[in-house]
Amino acid sequence: MKDWRYWFAEQRGTLLAFGIFVVMFIIYTSNHPAGFTANVVQTASNKGVLLAFVAMAQTLVVITAGIDLSVGMIFTLTNCLASWLVVGTGLETAFGVIAVLGTGLLCGAINGAIVIYGRLQPIVATIATGAVYFGIALLLRPFPGGSVNEGLADALTGRLFGIVPASLVTLLAVVLVVWVPFSRSVLGRAAYAAGSSEMAAYMSGVPIRRGKFAAYTLAGLLAAIGGLFLTFFTYTGDAAYASGNAYTLFSIAAVVLGGVSLFGGKGSAIGAIFGALAFRTIGDLLFVFDFDPLWQPLFQGVILLIAVSLGAFALFRVRNRLEWFL
Amino acid sequence: MDGAVPLFRMEGISKRYGGVRALEKAELSVTPGSIHAILGENGAGKSTLIKVMAGVVAPDEGRMMLDGNEVSFASPAAANQAGIVCIFQELSLVPELSVADNIVISDPPKRFGMIDRKAQRRIAEEALARAGASDIHPLALVKDLPLSRRQMVEIAKALARKPRILILDEATSALTAADVARVFAVLKRLRSEGLALLYISHRMNEIAELADQCTVFRNGRNVASYAAGTKSDNEVVELMIGREYSHIFPPKPARAAAADTPVLEARSLSWTDRLHDVSLSVGAGEVVGLGGLDGQGQRELLLAFFGVLRGLSGQILIDGRPVAIASPAAARDDRIGMALIPEDRKTEGLMLPMTVRENLSFAALDRLSSAGIIDRAAEQRLIDDMVGLLAIKTAGLDIPVGALSGGNQQKVVIAKWLMRQPRIILLNDPTRGIDVGTKQELYQLMRKLADQGAAILFYSTDYDELIGCCDRVLVLYDGAVKRELVGAEITERALIASALNIHEEMPRQGADA
Repeated sequence: MKDWRYWFAEQRGTLLAFGIFVVMFIIYTSNHPAGFTANVVQTASNKGVLLAFVAMAQTLVVITAGIDLSVGMIFTLTNCLASWLVVGTGLETAFGVIAVLGTGLLCGAINGAIVIYGRLQPIVATIATGAVYFGIALLLRPFPGGSVNEGLADALTGRLFGIVPASLVTLLAVVLVVWVPFSRSVLGRAAYAAGSSEMAAYMSGVPIRRGKFAAYTLAGLLAAIGGLFLTFFTYTGDAAYASGNAYTLFSIAAVVLGGVSLFGGKGSAIGAIFGALAFRTIGDLLFVFDFDPLWQPLFQGVILLIAVSLGAFALFRVRNRLEWFL
Repeated sequence: MDGAVPLFRMEGISKRYGGVRALEKAELSVTPGSIHAILGENGAGKSTLIKVMAGVVAPDEGRMMLDGNEVSFASPAAANQAGIVCIFQELSLVPELSVADNIVISDPPKRFGMIDRKAQRRIAEEALARAGASDIHPLALVKDLPLSRRQMVEIAKALARKPRILILDEATSALTAADVARVFAVLKRLRSEGLALLYISHRMNEIAELADQCTVFRNGRNVASYAAGTKSDNEVVELMIGREYSHIFPPKPARAAAADTPVLEARSLSWTDRLHDVSLSVGAGEVVGLGGLDGQGQRELLLAFFGVLRGLSGQILIDGRPVAIASPAAARDDRIGMALIPEDRKTEGLMLPMTVRENLSFAALDRLSSAGIIDRAAEQRLIDDMVGLLAIKTAGLDIPVGALSGGNQQKVVIAKWLMRQPRIILLNDPTRGIDVGTKQELYQLMRKLADQGAAILFYSTDYDELIGCCDRVLVLYDGAVKRELVGAEITERALIASALNIHEEMPRQGADA
């Protein structure tokens, strides 16, 4: 009977992100010269899902109270790899997709192994592995180029039944196949528990290490799905350093907007997806109002600051000042 | 022993932490269908004993037998599998997860490889009902529950694991009176179902009501086992006493009754559910001790003086004038002149990777600098004075303070504050984990500072120190001062008896906020 209230409390961050996104998107489309048309929605969603995939990846790691600064580089690396492999006949393309996703898994697993078994701090470990992944990407694509199976690319970035953006459907499918099982599995719960209170989790016999390892590995997979999509979207591979770094930082912004706690243990990838879509929409708002694009970073930064400040209000309730530093 | 076959036996268990002996050839046997109480003062080895049983720490020597077979536990999970479940004093709940998630956390029910939420809900509701806590909603987040409710969740979580041996370590300390009654009913039912229960508590009335068998620990050994009700409270206190009294304390000066205004005074301090109406005063040149069992509000009291707690009610007076101390920075200000030597020097006292020099001058930087620039010569003079005064043994002032021994680290913490010449010195269990030689130096220093006119408030978990150092001791229980011992009244017997609140068996009050 009161169940819905607990559900609501748990989903508050996600619902807030959803709300921000809807408001921003309405402002965006109502001021867009073309209005709310299938075309506008398709373009917006194609741009949005790229960040959404990377933000989902970041969420998994942030839940364990870690951070993954290599997600953007895995995204770039798999983009370059896809521009070599996801070509040719149907069978060859399928093999290419599997190889790209496998590479993402491997990158994530390496991150996880270094952080968990090597006991390195996530921030340092993933800066280093991120540089390695980017280095490989650069060797694969010293200059932008390559190609992709255009039939597949057009199908996944086009529209279903003329209305629904296929990229959104793919995003939904990934949520159902990766996120939902993870969040309901023992490993997923172990990841949450480790992020919330690693000591309590250990004392309760929770498989902390396996949970964290699964989170890092799946993060690699999700970043690779993002990289694959980037290739479908651009038809090329490009080892662009600035773009990779931007995706890493934006993924953290999206995660925070989506109500995922950087202290770990709290939040959901669904929230991060809406956070990513909202963040993208905020960035695009300036264009419909004919502002100079130079204003975009400043504007995005201010909106982000306001959003994350909301989370700091809890500190006013602390009665023992030492708890500020826990 | 009443002749029943022991379910679990510990034989010759020893455990050392560094140079400290926590357990020394301890023995214990547990029979099914009984409640076994473990008694002992602070540091007697109770906590280590159950940590060994629950697989949290590995013993250095000795063996454990379950059903007559030797066992050893590599982790808490291994002990759980063998049917030994412990409800720890420090809660083992994951705050961001729901009550139901927490209850099944060790072994969630699964369906198609995923956690079956319906089954989980059912298990959680059953366990909560068994624990007599059906009022707790299974979907509530643990972090949103008050402490007493969390404790009930902890009990439900333990029951959901179907234990054969259930260990309760101060499990009722956070509970309200109504909860205690319900928990007792549950424990008695579990006993009749054939479980073995191990009950660690310092509440003598609870032990009298519940226990079948009692074992007293002292200095890491079990010194006596007896059937409950066969010994008086005084005999039990007698068994708990008996640590070697070491003559390492400086003589106390004879004191006339303090006539002048106290330097530090508290009137009716209360804070959440941890401090209740605490009043005390400390005069110039006086060493006042805070006694009682660990965790009865002593730490919070010191933090309250030092401006760390918010929402404090009551009054703090310095030199007879009411003051509002808003932060540690305000507390150390010259008008108040307060210093706190914290309990955990590694996190609250020192910046371990920084040098001895930097650590020493932190608290006095404002006095050593003008226009924000540190006067290196003045700093050096003051540091030299302090290193000499406290005889800090260090290979140099520019090595990381983390490289020093525990005793010398503690001296750095103290020296740091002495550089400000504080008038009021609060000490929070300052000798924990340091060697005897350094302890002796600290006792002498404390007395010297008092003789120079400082007012000292000294919390210690070591009764010997309170007896040896203090002019007066206030014994705290449940966040309130229960007894004041003056001069010759400060004896181990009086300290233990009042720490256990034996003299006046008051009806317990709701501990809930």
